[in-house]
Amino acid sequence: MVSKKIVLHFPHKLVDQPIVYKLVKDYDLNFNILKASVTPEEEGLLVLELSGEKKNYEQGVKYLKEAGVKVQPLSQDIIRNEERCTHCGVCVPICPSAALVVDPVTRKVNFYNDKCIACELCIKACPVRAMEVHF
Amino acid sequence: MAKTIQEINEKIKKGKAVVVNAEEIIDIVEKNGIKKAAQDVDVVTAATFGPMCSSGAYINIGHAKPKIKIGGGKAYINDVPAYAGFAAVDLCIGAAALPDDDPHNKVYPGNFSYGGGYVIEDLVAGKDLKLIATAYGTDCYPRKKLETLINIKDLNEAVLLNPRNVYQNYNVAVNLSDKVIYTYMGTLKPNLGNANYCSAGQLSPLLNDPFYKTIGIGTRIFLGGGIGYVVWHGTQHNPIVKRRDNGVVQVPGGTLAVIGDLKQMKPQWLRGTTMQGYGVTLTVGIGVPIPILDEEICRYAAVKDDDIYTQIVDYSEAYPQGKSSNLGEVSYAQLKSGAIKIQGKDVPTGSLSSYSKAIEIANLLKEWIKKGDFTLAEPVASLPNAESGYTFKPLKERTLDK
Repeated sequence: MVSKKIVLHFPHKLVDQPIVYKLVKDYDLNFNILKASVTPEEEGLLVLELSGEKKNYEQGVKYLKEAGVKVQPLSQDIIRNEERCTHCGVCVPICPSAALVVDPVTRKVNFYNDKCIACELCIKACPVRAMEVHF
Repeated sequence: MAKTIQEINEKIKKGKAVVVNAEEIIDIVEKNGIKKAAQDVDVVTAATFGPMCSSGAYINIGHAKPKIKIGGGKAYINDVPAYAGFAAVDLCIGAAALPDDDPHNKVYPGNFSYGGGYVIEDLVAGKDLKLIATAYGTDCYPRKKLETLINIKDLNEAVLLNPRNVYQNYNVAVNLSDKVIYTYMGTLKPNLGNANYCSAGQLSPLLNDPFYKTIGIGTRIFLGGGIGYVVWHGTQHNPIVKRRDNGVVQVPGGTLAVIGDLKQMKPQWLRGTTMQGYGVTLTVGIGVPIPILDEEICRYAAVKDDDIYTQIVDYSEAYPQGKSSNLGEVSYAQLKSGAIKIQGKDVPTGSLSSYSKAIEIANLLKEWIKKGDFTLAEPVASLPNAESGYTFKPLKERTLDK
């Protein structure tokens, strides 16, 4: 079994296609939608947690890419600007998925991007604007 | 056996001073006892790195040709209004100042993406800033408009001035209401969703010298990465508040007014900061050396998070309305554990003040002193202390005579 959080960018021509339906029906994959939007340029953005058998997952992602969907891991999209972060920790209780956690020894804030669900609550709650979103 | 600041400075100059940070002194006292610790240790470095709106800078830009009297006119730096109520080319930038066209909270909660705190950070970072000034013109200062780029390296003076900083303890902020509120203590989730605090606790300067026995007017400090001084007690200084047996205030108490040369400072320790829905502020790094003159001072400096308590305040009703609230007290040890109990509920905690950066500052100051680069300054006057009767009064609001 694999389970990954991925970001899908749909070009204009695919916005009205039932892409996710295919992932479920043809590749037997499970999905949890974390975020979905269509921009004014009619590009679709979908953040999914996608899971299933490793072989099915790989074939499903291959299908997405061949259909013209840009696929990238979520961890590339929510980024902490390490130079700006002061490790104050005010983001920690704001984060709903425990992706931001204080190390009890160093008192520094660790960002576990594999736990991030891209809710973006930290973006504006960060007083020094150290959390960045790059969708 | 008591020491004097003069004796400690002699040791510093010889590179023989024993300097530890305010965290290390805790273990030293627990291991060796107060008596030996007070003999062995010469200086304890305390520090803090938190946001403080009562921060500002003043600059002198030099005279243009022909001359302009900006004083009494208007000035903007990177579109942020600067105070121009001084002489011809002296300007003051406050951390909380915002561009005239900022939507503020009209689009709630406001983003406040730029303002005075960021101007100060950009100035210190060596960036060129856009200055636009208008004046009414006089015989000796005929010019009425000035548009130019300015840079810190060309300014005559660039000085950081905090009318208030280094708060001796601060509230824990919570939200008892059923909607999100946006405060200077951060975003507070409804129904006790989080509890935010803002103090370095056992590292914080005035918690390590609770009766201001060593910190006074003239004390030399680490300020924003350079050298600064304590110039006065800070605004809202309130030394007569309730204290525990160890002398530590249980609510916001004393404050310091500090000054320093911006040209020595680094943007790393002077950070433009935004509180969503509230405004712009400045996060300032401050380190204060505490000379261990006797056992009493050593005991105060060895205070630890378990013994520093602060009050929990509701920011949805009690704080804005100036009402008293009784949500109890917690220690910094409890706050740092990640959750506290309020009204039977486990509430996750968040800190606005960076403890890890405060440790870095305390260690930097320690190295400066160890290397002999930084000696201690004898205060020239004391701050109003717990016996002074000095207090922080609310506004006496009066009706205007028609």
